Amino acid sequence: MTALRIDDLHKSFGGLHVIQGVNFTVEPGERRLLLGPNGAGKTTLFNLIAGDLRPTAGQIRLADEDVSDLPTFRRAARGIGRTFQILTLFARESVIGNVIMALLGGRPQRWKPYGAVAKDPVLRREALEVLARVRLDTLADRPVSETSYGEKRRLEIAMALAQAPRILLLDEPLAGLSKEERGTVSALLAELPRNLTILMIEHDMDVALAFAEKIALLHYGRLIVDGTREEVIADPRTREAYLAQ
Amino acid sequence: MKSPGMKTLGILLLCAAAVPLVLPGPFYLSIATQVLVYGLFAVSVNLIAGYCGMVSLGHAAFLGIAGYAFALLTTSTGWPLWAAIPAAVALSVAAGALFGLVALRTSGLSFLMITLALGQIVWGIAFRYVDLTNGENGISMPRFQGLLASGTGLYYLCLAVTAGCLALVTILAGSPLGASMQGVRDQPRRMSTLGYDVWRIRYAAYVLSAGIAGIAGVLYMLLFRFISPHTLSLTVSSEAVLMVIAGGLGTTFGPVVGAALVVLLKNVASAYTDRWPTLLGLIFLFIIVVVPEGLLPGARRLMRTFGSRLATRRGPTPIPASPIKEARP
Ligand SMILES: Nc1ncnc2c1ncn2[C@@H]1O[C@H](COP(=O)(O)OP(=O)(O)O)[C@@H](O)[C@H]1O
Ligand SMILES: [Mg+2]
Repeated sequence: MTALRIDDLHKSFGGLHVIQGVNFTVEPGERRLLLGPNGAGKTTLFNLIAGDLRPTAGQIRLADEDVSDLPTFRRAARGIGRTFQILTLFARESVIGNVIMALLGGRPQRWKPYGAVAKDPVLRREALEVLARVRLDTLADRPVSETSYGEKRRLEIAMALAQAPRILLLDEPLAGLSKEERGTVSALLAELPRNLTILMIEHDMDVALAFAEKIALLHYGRLIVDGTREEVIADPRTREAYLAQ
Repeated sequence: MKSPGMKTLGILLLCAAAVPLVLPGPFYLSIATQVLVYGLFAVSVNLIAGYCGMVSLGHAAFLGIAGYAFALLTTSTGWPLWAAIPAAVALSVAAGALFGLVALRTSGLSFLMITLALGQIVWGIAFRYVDLTNGENGISMPRFQGLLASGTGLYYLCLAVTAGCLALVTILAGSPLGASMQGVRDQPRRMSTLGYDVWRIRYAAYVLSAGIAGIAGVLYMLLFRFISPHTLSLTVSSEAVLMVIAGGLGTTFGPVVGAALVVLLKNVASAYTDRWPTLLGLIFLFIIVVVPEGLLPGARRLMRTFGSRLATRRGPTPIPASPIKEARP
């Protein structure tokens, strides 16, 4: 059983053909890095997998189930979790409030029209556990608006972890972070359980290469190289398309 | 997800219960009752606009549908009140369930336009379908018996219903479903990524909101005993939106404060000047400029700023006997 299988995927925005026939598979527990210059279509590919965009053609299978026609929230229920390249947080809430929203999203309890969320001890305890994984438990009750950019990036990851996903899509989790913060985030990524399948877009080569065993290189909407870390690094097309940038 | 103001609601309820005892006469009592009726209507608009981020310009339709249904069922059909009231509210809920299917295909400005169009359609029916609605002349109801015949009785009934609905909305706002609505308002994309069915959450809020507007419609008929197409007009819908924005979008008591402002201006100021719409416009302008977040949250902010200014003005060594000390939060 493959965790994720993409067959001949296409996406156009009007005349702009952003994804041009992508094929690849991700095995359970695999850590796959998605490389590619800016504008290559990496985020678009994530949006197609998560369900925020509908493919123009092609198929997306999650654990052998065709999810191409499912809306985003149903794909989330089947185990896709993601972070956003552009921070997408509940700015009026506290740090823990954001994680509680993420926890509730996967539970039938989310339809309950009574009983104060803020006073639910079970949700609070579980949210604190998730926050501890990204070292934000000490800031739990701080409003998101009063946290630093690096803390927001980690909260972005915490929300995806709170979903207890089977496959995690990380869209540039280190973007804009200081060297020190990058160390913190890459350490916590290394702690993630091995059975969690992870697909990551990242430009920080030191962190990304240490993280992933397999790499796919997207260039103008096509996967031009796809293989093990060593194969991809050695391939001249990689340097041409990406590293030489 | 903020903890709801049930304690505040209790205190306000006690104050509101004392209102008939202090008001000078039935005219003022009727105005106070109007504040409650329009307040409840504003609460319904706040549920969808404030908590869910979907500004509807057609909510008068739900107020009017329940109003017309109640009037027709009791007068033409001769239903007793206890049967006509739930039927009228149910009809508003059904209309909400139907309109929601159309309006919620969109959001933002398109939602505003579609709700406006739907509202105008209902208004057109009330205006044109003369056989049923008596057209422009509207429908009058005879005086009620018992409790409803007295202004005081009616006031307390409206107070109980409005406070009850407000309490339910407040409980909802703090609940998981209420948190979902606010999440959908602030970050719809993230919400679907987290597994929430954004459409369904909006639909639930919209239908519930239509139901509350329907309840307000029944209270409206109990108070005015008259309905005409004007009740379903865009003016009524947009006034409710203005009430909510003036009082504070997405706050518990903001809608009632906004309703009080508009109703008082309309009734009291119009006794002194013909230019009361201008006055209303100026006041809204003042609100948008000085407290754009609405009167209630704005007042809270100004009080905080004022409080901290007083504190700093007192300098580094506080004078123990200063009377200002008590004013600090
Ligand atoms: N919703 C959209 N509408 C139109 N064009 C888009 C949209 N999303 C992305 N694009 C375009 O698709 C291309 C790929 O974008 P993106 O997937 O964000 O690239 P990457 O994440 O690899 O930097 C860019 O040219 C971008 O302008
Ligand atoms: Mg991108």
